[in-house]
Amino acid sequence: MSTELLVWLIPLPPLLAFGLIILRAHRSNRVSTGLAVGAMVLSWAMGLVVFGQAVATEHLGDHPIASSIPWLPLGPDVLEMGVLIDPLSAITLFFVVWTCLAIFVYSIGYHNFGKARDAHDKPGLPPHAGGIDPLYARFFAFISLFAFGMLTLVVADNLLLLFIGWEIMGLCSYLLIGFWFGKDSAKKAMVKAFMTTRVGDVFMLLGIAALYISTGTLSFSEILRNPETLHHLAETPAFLGLSMAGLIGLLLFAGTVGKSAQFPLHVWLPDAMEGPTPVSAMIHAATMVSAGIYLILRFFPLLSAGWHPGEPLTTTMVVIAAIGAFTALFASTIAVAQNDIKRVLAYSTISQLGYMVAAVGVGAFIAAAFHLVTHAFFKALLFLGSGSVIHGMEHGAHASHDHVDPQDMMNMGGLRRKMPWTFWTFLIGGLALSGFPLITAGFWSKDEILASAYGGNQPVVFGVLALAALLTAFYTARQIGLTFLGEPRSDAAEHAHESSRVMLAPLVVLSIFSIAAGWAGIKGDFPFIGGSIPNWVEEFLAGALVEHPAEIGFTFPPLLTSLVVALGGLGIGWLVYRRIPRGGTDPLVRWLGPVHRILRNKYYFDELYGFLFVRPAYWFAETFTYAWVDRRVIDGILHAVGRASLRLGGWLRRAIDVPVVNGFGDWVGESTKSAGRTFRVIQSGRVQAYLAAALLFTGLLLSFLLLVRP
Amino acid sequence: MIPLSWYLILAAALFCIGMYGVLGRRNAIAILMGIELMLNAVNINLVAFWRYLSPQVIGGQVFTIIVFAVAASEAAVGLALIISIYRQRSTVIAEEVDLMKW
Repeated sequence: MSTELLVWLIPLPPLLAFGLIILRAHRSNRVSTGLAVGAMVLSWAMGLVVFGQAVATEHLGDHPIASSIPWLPLGPDVLEMGVLIDPLSAITLFFVVWTCLAIFVYSIGYHNFGKARDAHDKPGLPPHAGGIDPLYARFFAFISLFAFGMLTLVVADNLLLLFIGWEIMGLCSYLLIGFWFGKDSAKKAMVKAFMTTRVGDVFMLLGIAALYISTGTLSFSEILRNPETLHHLAETPAFLGLSMAGLIGLLLFAGTVGKSAQFPLHVWLPDAMEGPTPVSAMIHAATMVSAGIYLILRFFPLLSAGWHPGEPLTTTMVVIAAIGAFTALFASTIAVAQNDIKRVLAYSTISQLGYMVAAVGVGAFIAAAFHLVTHAFFKALLFLGSGSVIHGMEHGAHASHDHVDPQDMMNMGGLRRKMPWTFWTFLIGGLALSGFPLITAGFWSKDEILASAYGGNQPVVFGVLALAALLTAFYTARQIGLTFLGEPRSDAAEHAHESSRVMLAPLVVLSIFSIAAGWAGIKGDFPFIGGSIPNWVEEFLAGALVEHPAEIGFTFPPLLTSLVVALGGLGIGWLVYRRIPRGGTDPLVRWLGPVHRILRNKYYFDELYGFLFVRPAYWFAETFTYAWVDRRVIDGILHAVGRASLRLGGWLRRAIDVPVVNGFGDWVGESTKSAGRTFRVIQSGRVQAYLAAALLFTGLLLSFLLLVRP
Repeated sequence: MIPLSWYLILAAALFCIGMYGVLGRRNAIAILMGIELMLNAVNINLVAFWRYLSPQVIGGQVFTIIVFAVAASEAAVGLALIISIYRQRSTVIAEEVDLMKW
């Protein structure tokens, strides 16, 4: 089988599994599991084969694995649909199939496959006593569709197909966040996520339209690997001093802002934690938020059109860098003050995505892509680990009848002894997130971003990112300290137990990647160990761009900075949070005072948006749309038409129907009757009278014929 | 030889007597008898015209025979009807048999 065909086939098994589960298999949890996981294994295997082929291809960037078919004739042009595996999509495919497979397998355990269904559990609510989820099969159908969307997006060779996958994921995130739709908060979160990302998607669609108008094609290779097109776009002025390339870049970036939860559209992602934890991992680590970063990485040549390494950034890049750096810092400050284990991770995701966006903004394409890969692994690991913790806490709460919030870290503590596997894997993920030096993947990718910002003469971005990294390390240590160290702070935590093997296996696989993925990207001139492992990531990814990016030489300041912030943040966090006693409070509350309240309430952004957008929207809907437009204008028009019709009908009846039509009918009947009355006297019934009449008329006729006519 | 006109006058007189019987009498049997007289007046005409105008063809005699046959069957059917009416309504007066009146 040719590799091109294999690439076409990669997204299809999950779609097939989705259809089969929805239509046929949903009654049987066993068959549904088999279909979904089997399909994902198939996609995973095909993805790895394709990845292997891609790695083995020399100069993959110039000769990508691509094939396309004419799909939609549009006048003189034909819109082509096809698949493309270049270095960027190959490496994205690699981590997507791995994390997706891990999450699928983990979901089997998370939704208590194999346990009996608890009679008290209702569909749309989480099971409360460890029974199988009532909507188990539906969950697997949805995540299969989700995987289909993501794989489509990754293998797409044009922006339209990418957008289709993008929107399928948007739908699935809506469905999955609201998987426990019996909870009011989940219902609100699903709508919030959908509406917020929609804002970005509208701009993205405008960007797609602008791109098609300017270039007449949406194919990646025709636009992005064609320096003439890019040069032309960069030279065409749009408005406000922006070039056409800059404008399209900003519009597409707006899609990323929505999908990857960048400021100011970051509000949906923490609320999306209402979904089951595998969903959080899927949406927030492996796939959906990565899609936004993938988009700007893919369009990096367009975003940076007209810019050359060493020159001042273009307006578009400044905007991207500013938003990314600001988001990175802003989200990490919020994460410091959250107590919900999943919310901390959600804000940490926003912050890390901000890192990648900032890296793209300062032109560090490879660093951003590298961090995307490593982040996907360790963040999926952290989310799945937190799911394991929550699972253990729920079990503890059920066993000890201590019904505390199983997601609140203040109720945990001491779980390292109860859940050793979860602890060690979570620790690896946490260290990778903080950028613990040398052994974790997060260190290498984060260091590369900091080095790029420093080397690219962006001291502000560098400083902001360094501060964010310090906070990242701090809240990670806080999270690990509150969750696993010290003594249990509730009965539930004392009775927590380790999760099943099917949940732990993905954790182990992901923690291997969280360490080893970094080794592929060690800079050649790094002191002592540099060069002992070739910097494969840089070599491979550089092929994705026509102009190979200039290598940023190793310098000590960024390395020292990242060492200091990672170790410093972890150290401070460890000192503060290693033993919080039962009933103890978070020391940060005391130290930060009112600032802590602002941070805990996420800078009141939800309230601000509620005041600025949600309430006016409700007001508009109720007062204007409903009461005025709908009730007054539309109903008024309808009523007026109804009344006018009645009146016209009445007039027609009085003027035409009754006098003319009825009158004629009645006249015919009446005159027939009166004619009968008049002439019936002739019919006397006397035979002789008839004969006499006959004789008379015969005589008359005879006289006429004989006497008058001749 | 007696001229043809005498026979014609006799036939006309006989026809008028029969017609009077048909129109003037109330008794249905008398009406039937009037009809017979009228038919026989026609027979006289037929025989007279045959004898005086075309004695070599026998069409007049044949017509007469046919009229006889018709008259006989008519009388039979008519009398049967009258008897039937009499049995139903105990009358043979034509004016009283007026079921078909409006």
